[in-house]
Formats: sequence, structure tokens, C-alpha cells
Amino acid sequence: MGRRRGRDWRPGASREALVRRARMLARIRAFFAEQGVLEVETPLLGTAFGTDPAIEPLECRFAGPGFPDGLQMYLQSSPEFFMKRLLAAGSGPIYQVSKSFRNGEAGRRHNPEFSLLEWYRPGFELPELIGEVADLVRAVVADPPSRTRHAAYAELFAEILDVDPLAADAQTLQECAVSNHLLGAETLELDRDGWLDLLMSTFIEPHLGQGELTFVTDYPASQASLARLNRQDPRTAARFELYWKGIELANGFEELADAEEQSERFEQENCRRFSAGQRPMPVDDALLSALESGLPPCSGVALGLDRLLMCDLGRDDIDAVLSFSLARL
Amino acid sequence: MASYNTNEFRGGLKLMLDGDPCVIIENEFVKPGKGQAFNRVKLRNLKTGRVLEKTFKSGESVEAADVLERDLAYLYNDGEFWYFMDNETFEQYQADANAMGEATKWIKEQDICTVTLWNGQPIAVEVPNFVVLEITETDPGLKGDTSGGGGKPATLETGAVVRVPLFVQTGEKIKVDTRSGEYVSRAKDD
Repeated sequence: MGRRRGRDWRPGASREALVRRARMLARIRAFFAEQGVLEVETPLLGTAFGTDPAIEPLECRFAGPGFPDGLQMYLQSSPEFFMKRLLAAGSGPIYQVSKSFRNGEAGRRHNPEFSLLEWYRPGFELPELIGEVADLVRAVVADPPSRTRHAAYAELFAEILDVDPLAADAQTLQECAVSNHLLGAETLELDRDGWLDLLMSTFIEPHLGQGELTFVTDYPASQASLARLNRQDPRTAARFELYWKGIELANGFEELADAEEQSERFEQENCRRFSAGQRPMPVDDALLSALESGLPPCSGVALGLDRLLMCDLGRDDIDAVLSFSLARL
Repeated sequence: MASYNTNEFRGGLKLMLDGDPCVIIENEFVKPGKGQAFNRVKLRNLKTGRVLEKTFKSGESVEAADVLERDLAYLYNDGEFWYFMDNETFEQYQADANAMGEATKWIKEQDICTVTLWNGQPIAVEVPNFVVLEITETDPGLKGDTSGGGGKPATLETGAVVRVPLFVQTGEKIKVDTRSGEYVSRAKDD
């Protein structure tokens, strides 16, 4: 095979970035050891995949003993399903540092392969978990902000864009984008959630986590993903995200434990995939069985370690914190 | 009609936007962890030079602009159009004042310019960074002043006016930086 010439063979991460990553990992393990949370490993390769239309899998094929026709496999976009099976089997609180994979994502804040810290706390409701996320961030980075802010999703939209994200329809959200001079908004064709995502990432995110850790809470029910709906206001879900320096760092849920509702969400998402011209994903029956057998009430969160390192080092390109990003493979 | 998918976006790619050819300056991939992916793109309108930002849904396709850059020799101006020729194919092109923009201030016959062609028509003309032009008029100034301090206006053969040092005189050739419109040095006569 010929050599591809002209690419830079050197790593994107400086030696300092390598040292800071190693120190971050050591501190994460120390933090959880002290909290009595067990480190686990689960497979990166699975035979099922989440149905979220916004997440596409990187795929590969196993051929070997037992599989003469080969076995379709998916590099996991998060260890969530396997970790929930451990929880249902009685693991108690667990965490994992692992690589995760997403197709189609590459840019200054995205690499198709990235490091995720994911953990689950049986018996925790969201406020407790949010508190622990803030503690962890402060324990593992060199220069953390001391202030923390909690803001509901709808509160931020009202404050910055003067629009109610729980009530507004797609057309109202589009008008909001146009009146805020978002070029291209006149001709974009998006559904309600698409407009919410665009408004959030264009007008709201840049204000979040400036000199503080910002936890955005109470996401619209249509963006619940694997979170339980809020009992007080079922228009919203028990989901939060952490922002620092305008960058989305973590996503947490009070976990949906109802097998039937989970199964319905898989079906609905696969329908949305189908109508958008995306392939439906094989549903994880083992996860549904685990939920049926009983997932303890718990909250869980996934935190992007590469981005946390970017924030800590003050870098705005993920390439600067990875040894070899996509462009350097 | 040729088109580009957002995955093909990169700096330098030429697209049609609202009927005008544009070139991508910067392309940023934006995506919430659990949401829709977008490309936030900074572009320059090749006709007006204006820079704009536009958001595309990732995966969308956008019409390609048939835009080429050619090195062409300037021939002459007939009062309405400026004529250029490709020295290899001898093909001729006519540019209007809009396409010429500031270039009219600096070019003289036989200068090689980078001409942007859209559907075969010049829409922008870029002159060389440095040109040598003759001074047609400037105050005599003080004899013996070689410090260059102060300076005075000088009209060049193309009609452009630049500030030159006091010691430079009418009839001399000078080198000018066309990007800043500033005098660089006296040019040696060949």
C-alpha cells in the first residue's frame, strides 16, 4: 500500500495536554473511589444501538466461530445501555471512562471517537447528581470557576429570546430566528425541536458557563431522550446539561425505568428515523428485559472529557487535546 | 446542475446563494449532543465582496457556483468596458466597472490580473500586489530633501493619487502597494 504523504505525523496534543489528561483521569478515579462508586468496563462493540435520530452509528462486522454469515456490530455511542443492565443486575453506583463513537460528527468540538465519563447513582434525584457533577468538575480541573448557576431551559429562552420554548410552534420559533437576524433561517426547513436546537446553539449557548458552571434543567418533553418526564410539569423532562465557557459538557437524566414507555420511545424514534430517510436501528431487547426485571430508581450523567480538557486548557479546538484527531489518523 | 453536500464544505468552495456566487471562508460543524446538526458557514459574496454568515442543516445540498480564477492580460478600456485576454488561448473577456472595482486605479496595458469568472463573465478583478506606475503630476517640492518625511500627493498615469516623499518628481516611476494604496519605493528604470 502506498504511503499517504503530506500529513502531519505529530500529535495534536502538546505534552502539557497529555499530562493534564493523565492527571484528570487519575483525579476522576480518586474522586469516585472516595465516593464509593465502582469503576466498570462494558463493551464498545454491541449488536444493538440507540434509536435517537440525532445519533448515527459507526458500524463494523464480526466474522468467526458461531457467525459463519458474519455479525453486524455497532461501536457504541455511549455505554448507557450496558451500564443500565449492570444496574438492573444490582451493581450499585458505577462509573466508566470509555471511548464513544458517533458517525457524521467532526469539527472544532467534535471527533468521531471521543472520551466519555458516564456514571449512575441509584437513589439520587437530579439535584443531588447535579451537585456531584459540579463537585467532580471542581475536583479534576486545574482552574474551575467557583460560581454555579441553575437555569431552566424555558427561563433561558424567555430571558434571551423572549419566546416560550414549551408552547411555541415551529413557525413561531422560525420567526424568532429570523427576527434575530439568523441568516438562512428564512429558507431552513426544520421541525420544532430542530428550531429549538438551532436557537439554543446560536443564541443561548454562547452566554452559558461564562465565569461559572451553568446547569440547564427541565428540557422540553420532546427532548427527553431517556429521561423521565417531570411529575410537577410533564411538558418538561428530568434532564439537565452542563455548560462551561459556552461549551456543552455533560448531559444527565433521572432515568426512565419503565420498560413499556422505553419500548414506545424506541418505536417512535425508529418511525421518525424511517420518515427522515434514516435506517431504523435494531432495538436493544436485552435493555428492555433488564428494565422489566427492574432498574433501581437512579440518575445518570455522561460528561465529555475531551471538551472538559479543552475548557480547562483554554483551547477552542478538540484537536489540541487529542493525541490524534480524525485529521491526523 | 452540480451541487455540494454540506460534508463537502471547506474553505475556498464556491456556492450559489440567493443568485450570487459566494466562496466559503469558514465552515463550522455545530451539533448539540442530542439534537440536529448544522453547518454555520462564513462566506464572501464574490460579486459584492460582502461577508455573510449562513446556517445550513447538515446533509443539505447547495448549488455549486461555476466560478474560475484566471490570470489574464489587461488590453484596453473603451470607456465602458475593460478588455482582458488569456495569453494562452487568446480568448477575450470584457469586465464592467462593477467587476473592476478599485482595479481601475492601478492597471495599465499588459498587466496580468487575476480575474474571477462566473459562467464565463468577469465578476472581480484582482490586480498584482505591487505595480510600477509613472508620476504624471506632483509639486516640485524642495531640492535636497531626502528624508522622505511629510510627503506630498502625486497623480499617477492611471489617475490614481498616492502620497509620495518630497524628493520624488514628475516623470519618475514608482512602486505602489495596491492593497494599501501606499508608495513603496522609486522603481529602477529598465
